[in-house]
Amino acid sequence: MSTPDVRLVDVTKRFDDVVAVDDLSLDVESGSFFALLGPSGCGKTTTLRMIGGFEQPSEGCIFLGEREVSGLPAYKRDVNTVFQSYALFPHLSVFENVAFGLRRRSVRGETLRGRVEAMLKIVGLAGMGRRKPRQLSGGQQQRVALARALVNKPQVLLLDEPLGALDLKLRKQMQLELKAIQHDVGITFIHVTHDQEEAMTMADRIAVMNDGRIEQLGTPTELYETPATAYVAGFLGVSNLIHGTVSGSDSVRLDRGPEVRVSAAALNGRTGHVAVGIRPEKIELGNGQPNALEGKIVEQAYVGVATQYIVETDCGRLTVYRQNASPGLNGASPGDRTTLSWSPDSSFVVDSMEESE
Amino acid sequence: MSFLHRHRNLTPYLLLAPGLLYLGIFFVVPLGFLLHQSLQSGNFDVGYAFTWAWGNYWDAIRGYRGHFIRSFEYAAIATVLALLFSYPLAYWIAFRGGRWKNLLLLFIVAPFFVTYLIRTLAWETILADQGPVVRVLRDIGILGQDGRLLATSFAVVAGITYNFLPFMALPIYVSLEQMDGRLIEAAQDLYASKWKAFVRVTLPLSLPGVVAGTLLTFIPAAGDFINAQLLGSPRNHMIGNVIQSKFLELTDYPAAAAMSFVLMAVILLMVALYARAVGTEKLTG
Ligand SMILES: Nc1ncnc2c1ncn2[C@@H]1O[C@H](COP(=O)(O)OP(=O)(O)OP(=O)(O)O)[C@@H](O)[C@H]1O
Ligand SMILES: [Mg+2]
Repeated sequence: MSTPDVRLVDVTKRFDDVVAVDDLSLDVESGSFFALLGPSGCGKTTTLRMIGGFEQPSEGCIFLGEREVSGLPAYKRDVNTVFQSYALFPHLSVFENVAFGLRRRSVRGETLRGRVEAMLKIVGLAGMGRRKPRQLSGGQQQRVALARALVNKPQVLLLDEPLGALDLKLRKQMQLELKAIQHDVGITFIHVTHDQEEAMTMADRIAVMNDGRIEQLGTPTELYETPATAYVAGFLGVSNLIHGTVSGSDSVRLDRGPEVRVSAAALNGRTGHVAVGIRPEKIELGNGQPNALEGKIVEQAYVGVATQYIVETDCGRLTVYRQNASPGLNGASPGDRTTLSWSPDSSFVVDSMEESE
Repeated sequence: MSFLHRHRNLTPYLLLAPGLLYLGIFFVVPLGFLLHQSLQSGNFDVGYAFTWAWGNYWDAIRGYRGHFIRSFEYAAIATVLALLFSYPLAYWIAFRGGRWKNLLLLFIVAPFFVTYLIRTLAWETILADQGPVVRVLRDIGILGQDGRLLATSFAVVAGITYNFLPFMALPIYVSLEQMDGRLIEAAQDLYASKWKAFVRVTLPLSLPGVVAGTLLTFIPAAGDFINAQLLGSPRNHMIGNVIQSKFLELTDYPAAAAMSFVLMAVILLMVALYARAVGTEKLTG
């Protein structure tokens, strides 16, 4: 494997008595789209600011490529940031905003004009160079911020919740555009967000952060299909967690239910108290699969592509999605008794988190 | 209520009315009166008569050219000095003041708790020939054995600079204070060193404050007479001193009125040129 573009080794950041980032290590591969995902206050911005050079780590080292950059000021790092608030220069035109970094690096004349205009075209703002930032819509300002950073062709681009201020529709559209732009320019992107759907849509790899530490790092599929902790399972999508005790190399006896089978790989040698997790769309209404639970439908909600059922069982309330493949509702309705079943391979196992229930 | 409803477009004018009324009574009317007076001839004993005496203006300009020029010279130097002192001061308070900000701002306006006249009189004592400053400067040889500070143009300019410093510092402080600190981070992110970030981002964004401060300092400084009277000698007198003495001592009202108008006209012209040079956009932000 080639050297990663960004490498954090045992990085800790303390503000007085607050530990914002706690002994965090991280490799970001060159050319990848990497997401830092986590709830508010978990240390995402602080991590990004240390990479950008706006904060210095209290402990640990940061490498950009081969180079250790601790102590190197922001303006000497080959990294650009798209700030959450955009931070466009209000006194400069769109063109001059985008040209700012190039001018500092003594790019002049036709080369400068050419590169700025080409970049404005990529982000869909051709012909708007003479406007001032305040004459643009929120989405357009966001693109200027992106163009202003990208035009410098940095080694790494840092994005701090750049889509946070946009409405849902524009956000979805920009997610896809950002991904396409990243694909075209081939620059490493590190994208901070607290929106799991956004991270899943855009990123090749995601680091789920909690309380200054990384809970799990992997591809969106890995994180979704085989979350390592109950926290990750709960943060990415909806998941049903049922508590039980390991009763064999591939089986778990549920606390208030039957014994169910799980894959030995998912169990991964755990013993004692665990939680079995099943995603709502992987549970069938009916007894077509090996693992089964009896229950009663208590709620039904039609959400377009699927119908969501809440089913009361001895092991608690479980959420089930059923795809609306044919017109109308799926037949089952509140009050009905039903059997829920799932395949051992589509469940995962995490350490039990009883204390947080 | 229903009247306002029916004539909704009148509302702004009604809101403006008290201010306009005030300006009308206390600014426009006296100004008209002054204009009328500036075209009179006669003297205090025989009385004044309106005679379209344009000669008053001619006399004002020809007789007191030196005073006019000195006024603008002193005002300009004091404005530049006040700017050089105020900018670092305002910058430091805005960005480094932390929790002491309000206290430091209070220090800037603290002189206003004592009247202008008393403050300037205090400087007269400080700069006096027997005062501590002159004695020290003589001892270390910066001033000759009979060198003095009082009654020099240095003292007058220093007095003006001191008295108008807050008018320069406060608008600059406000424009720096309201600046988004993330813009400086953005500039540094885009390869600007601290100095370049200041020149390309902080300074241009604080220009409205600089422009407001220079106007608030230069305009009253050009018409000032207290500093020249208390800290200067007759050789340092400004046009304000002449106007003051013509009005209050020589009771030559028409000449004083004509000089006031000339002063006003020149200041207006200078402000207009200045505003054009820096762009009126800077005045409104
Ligand atoms: N300059 C600072 N001084 C003191 N504490 C700070 C500072 N910056 C961040 N913190 C603290 O560090 C922790 C992590 O903050 P950070 O801004 O990295 O969170 P975040 O994950 O970006 O959150 P959000 O999603 O809300 O932006 C928080 O508890 C915050 O209060
Ligand atoms: Mg943040």
